[in-house]
Amino acid sequence: MTLVLDRPLVLRPPRYAGFLVAAGFLVLMLAVVLVPGLFAGDPLAADPMHVLEAPSTAHWFGTDQLGRDVFDRVVHGARHSLAIATAATLLAVVAGVLLGMLAGLAHKYADEALARSFDALSAFPLILLALLFIAIAGPGALSLVVAIGIATLPHYARVVRAQTFVVRQAGYVTQAVAFGRSRLRLVLRHVLPNVLGPVPVIAVIGLGEAILAAAGLSFLGMGTQPPSPEWGAMLSEGRNYLSVAPWVSVLPGVVATLTVIALTVVGRHLQRRVEGRLG
Amino acid sequence: MIAIRDLHVTFPHRRHTVEAVRGIDLDIEPGECVAIVGESGSGKSVTARTLVGLAGPGAVVRSAKFEVDGRDARAFGPEEWRRVRGGFAGLVLQDALVSLDPLRTVGAEIGEVLRVHGHRGDRDLRVRDLLATVHVPEPERRARQHPHQLSGGLRQRALIASAIAAGPPLLIADEPTTALDVTVQAQILALLGERRAAGETLLLISHDLAVVARLADRVLVMRDGRIVESGGTASLLSAPSHPYTQELVRAVPSAATRGRRLSEAGVVAAPEPSGDVVLEARGLTKRYGRHTVVDDVDVRVGRGEIVGLVGESGSGKTTVAQLLFGLVAPTAGTVTFEGEAWTGQPERRRRARRRHLQLISQDPLSSFDPRWTVRKIVAEALPRGGAVEPLLERVGLGAELLDRNPRQLSGGQRQRVAIARALAPRPSLIICDEPVSALDVSVQAQVLDLLADIRATDGTAMLFISHDLGVVHHLADRVLVMHDGAVVESGPVDDVFHHPRHDYTRELLAAVPTLEGEIR
Repeated sequence: MTLVLDRPLVLRPPRYAGFLVAAGFLVLMLAVVLVPGLFAGDPLAADPMHVLEAPSTAHWFGTDQLGRDVFDRVVHGARHSLAIATAATLLAVVAGVLLGMLAGLAHKYADEALARSFDALSAFPLILLALLFIAIAGPGALSLVVAIGIATLPHYARVVRAQTFVVRQAGYVTQAVAFGRSRLRLVLRHVLPNVLGPVPVIAVIGLGEAILAAAGLSFLGMGTQPPSPEWGAMLSEGRNYLSVAPWVSVLPGVVATLTVIALTVVGRHLQRRVEGRLG
Repeated sequence: MIAIRDLHVTFPHRRHTVEAVRGIDLDIEPGECVAIVGESGSGKSVTARTLVGLAGPGAVVRSAKFEVDGRDARAFGPEEWRRVRGGFAGLVLQDALVSLDPLRTVGAEIGEVLRVHGHRGDRDLRVRDLLATVHVPEPERRARQHPHQLSGGLRQRALIASAIAAGPPLLIADEPTTALDVTVQAQILALLGERRAAGETLLLISHDLAVVARLADRVLVMRDGRIVESGGTASLLSAPSHPYTQELVRAVPSAATRGRRLSEAGVVAAPEPSGDVVLEARGLTKRYGRHTVVDDVDVRVGRGEIVGLVGESGSGKTTVAQLLFGLVAPTAGTVTFEGEAWTGQPERRRRARRRHLQLISQDPLSSFDPRWTVRKIVAEALPRGGAVEPLLERVGLGAELLDRNPRQLSGGQRQRVAIARALAPRPSLIICDEPVSALDVSVQAQVLDLLADIRATDGTAMLFISHDLGVVHHLADRVLVMHDGAVVESGPVDDVFHHPRHDYTRELLAAVPTLEGEIR
């Protein structure tokens, strides 16, 4: 009896190793957001006896200038940072899908007006646009959500608009007309579900972008106000002690970076899956 | 010239192996015209490509004997195959738009073949000669143009010119006329006939028996990678011996098959038209800017009547369908449906009557919501609570298909689902826009039989749009012939097709290859 091996016997890492690690990290992040108390203590408890201490077994990430535990603050900060980013992305998706579909279904001039305003919006850098909005509305978590939501909305609106053009011409929409369906029913049953295809994937990648934007704006003092822990705000507070206690700002930055990378890896993976299925 | 014994072509894949060609013998003598006929998936194209060493990526070719031009081709390397292609055998493929480089002029394309095969002398002059040989008007101007500037017929001629450029003794044409209008098809067939008369050997690949009948000396009928029958064209077509060939020959719709079933022996009852009018259009006109697409067209469809609408591409057939369906508003003219005004009504008012006017399109897949199963697709057309199963049974589909996605179905099954859906609201008129054009002959036969049955039992009227005169003559009661947006002739189908009065109708009819005409 002969044994035929079509592949050499080598132990390889699983095919989706990167995806699995990233997804695992995100699951951990979700748990941290939902029950931060399980992982860390009070983020606001100051201890003047232990100020700017380096990472140790007692304080994994060290302590900051007021003697607060940096690890506790990063863990609790995840809730703020991710909540802002998620809310902003949700706002952008909902508004973007509605506006994009509206443009795709509207008459020529209305569509042109909407499409050009999406173009105009995406011509500005995200941060600049958000700053502009906050300058008008004032700083705070809510205006951060709205500002990032508006600034990232064109991503979704443009994709959905293009999808709508394809779908509205599709044979199945014509057929539904033949069954005497009302316009609203047509849009809800056939157009909306079929234009949504690529949106979840863009939203996952967009979420990473929103986290960065939220952190960036908070760093500039436009978002969450101290003493609430927020990654961007922590970076900002720690920057004065960068030479003596780099951990105060570097470690929150590392966590934020890892989160964004994980989201991007997962998003790209989903994107390939979706495109593979369609192609 | 070509002698092949026991040819096998397989495509090994990870899970299963596709056996495209399973042991065929093929001999081609100098000067003859051999045709391979078969339906999609029969292995006919793979066979043709194997002859020039282009079986495809990953293909495994085995044979007991494979001689090309007296030499053993099994030992050929890439270099030798390159010399066979163009030098010994010219290849003409179906779609010239894909086969010609869009970024190069037609002249450069043909000149390239001359250069590769070491043509001496003035190449431009030779290119012009070649274009003139294949009857391209104004060869000098055309040689400087790109493929997209040429019509489908001219592109096909240019492709033939590049195939014969190096003077190969063998010309292989794979579905050379499939995408073309009938009158253009007739011209290309005449051109291939000329090449034959000039002493070239021809291998013709086609799904269309009638096209092949015009040119071939011998016909090989392929099915599932095997040759099921072969013989002289006339004897094979008039007295086919293999059941599959018999089925194929019987399935070709034409004047002679009127009232008969195509997919099996039997007759279809054709009810007497009652004289009631279901749909009437008067003076229908559609202009886009200064361009008139539909010009003063009158259409009348009686209850239970099948009206054929024939014409070549660009004649405005599909626009007429859109105007009647009411998706596009006419520039002038009116449509009356079931005795009430149809055009000029707001969609809100038409909605309740929509169900009585249904549509079947050429490509059923694009008319299904991609996320939906067969059950959901058909149920959408049904009144609340209607059952899907009886409808599927009517169109000859089993209940096991209910939860499949249409993408998992064959072309014929998809079209049956589309028909089931169109029947669901019990329409009085179905507009069928080229419903069988994308189907194989035997599947087309089944679908045409089904449509005839539906008319006979339900009395559903149909407007049947087609470029295929044979299909229309087989099925329709009356016919309208469209040309450049206008109806040039109309009347009972036998009158129009047997005694055409308009020049264009005559031209169209003369161009149609028919089995009867060729065998006689």
